[in-house]
Amino acid sequence: MGYVFQFGTVWREFDHLLLGAWLTLRLSALAMVFGLAVGIAGAQAKASSSRLMRGAVQVYVEAIRNTPFLVQLLFIYLGLPSLGLRLTPDEAALLAMVVNLGAYATEIVRAGIEAVPKGQIEAGRSLGLKPWQIFRFIVLMPALRTVFPALGSQFILVMLASSVVSVISAEELTAITDTIVARNFRSFEFYFVITGIYLAMSLAFQTLFAGIDRALFARWADRA
Amino acid sequence: MIREFSLGEVWFLVLALRWTVLLTLVAFVGGTVGGSAIAVLRVARSPMLRGAAATYIKVLQGTPLLMQLYLVYFGANLLGLATDAWASAALALTLYASAFLGEIWRGCIQAIPRVQWEGAQALALGHFLALRLVILPQALRIAIPPTVGFLVQLLKGTSLASIIGFTELTRAAQMVNNATFRPFVTYALVAALYFILCWPLSMSSRRLERRLDREGVAAARVNVVAVNT
Repeated sequence: MGYVFQFGTVWREFDHLLLGAWLTLRLSALAMVFGLAVGIAGAQAKASSSRLMRGAVQVYVEAIRNTPFLVQLLFIYLGLPSLGLRLTPDEAALLAMVVNLGAYATEIVRAGIEAVPKGQIEAGRSLGLKPWQIFRFIVLMPALRTVFPALGSQFILVMLASSVVSVISAEELTAITDTIVARNFRSFEFYFVITGIYLAMSLAFQTLFAGIDRALFARWADRA
Repeated sequence: MIREFSLGEVWFLVLALRWTVLLTLVAFVGGTVGGSAIAVLRVARSPMLRGAAATYIKVLQGTPLLMQLYLVYFGANLLGLATDAWASAALALTLYASAFLGEIWRGCIQAIPRVQWEGAQALALGHFLALRLVILPQALRIAIPPTVGFLVQLLKGTSLASIIGFTELTRAAQMVNNATFRPFVTYALVAALYFILCWPLSMSSRRLERRLDREGVAAARVNVVAVNT
């Protein structure tokens, strides 16, 4: 084998990779916040009395969960302009991630809401709580607590899937690496190193979510 | 010259579907072999073997599938092997499927109550015989729903093979789009084609799971994360 690995090139460009990692983190964090909001709204809509509403959410969830993220991304970036919605690569990437995560989060949050015992809601009513108070304190918080580990895994999956948005040249770690590699052809070395960066980021998120789980939900009684 | 989006384009996309299906099947068969090995190693008695399998799962589940494809694709090139998109995609997806199936099946094995192991021990069965004759047949039953669920994830994952240039459904869509400039219709149709394949699988996975629940089988609360690719 005549190939000599040149990781020196990678270290010289390491600043760019760190910038890429930061962009990936920012993009993922935004997608997580908005995706969770979509998920909570979707789960609430699924519990609504309107059949139409429930049906619409069901179609959204099934359509997203049974098609590849890459196709969703290309549809949003290339397909939507024919409807007059022209997005920059960064906007399209964020929208695709939010739409994708929103569908999975809807299902996860719904499972949490269904696990809340009916008796507790009745207890809330007999205490004279308003509907939004019941939703906020009796349904949503315990539901999120129950499903937080599942949400955390889904968040990490979205962060990993974000490397795919490099195909439309949205600004993040993989896209920045693609640009560097196109210049120096050290594909293997660079992708090897950023694979390590992605691994470090998912381990960091795991630790962070475990910490949030303890800090945020500790005051709510122990998990059943 | 811009081509019309006609029935010919539709047919071209439908035909490209067979490469998506074939790649999924190859990776699934490979992943079944690799995943079985990983699952068995994960419950081995040697801590070192358990640790090695756990690390494999952690790395493959903690990195993007796209990077795994890139590393296999560019790595094969460095080893002096011809860079073949089909072989690289099949290998990378096999490694990926091995990790996920290994982790799913480990969960199923460990969901079998301890007394079953103890019972097997009382019958003087060794670790391997106990696994093969007592544990695995029971674990297999609860493994089916999450395995079918993963098949959907794998099928969607094959779309990334288009990025290293393997012509399956998503790559075919890019070709059609480049010729017709009708991205909305093209990608909507491609999404529909993926949906036709994935939805029945998702439904049957859920139905099987509900049936196990009804039958009161100690269904593995395998934390199969719904994965998107």
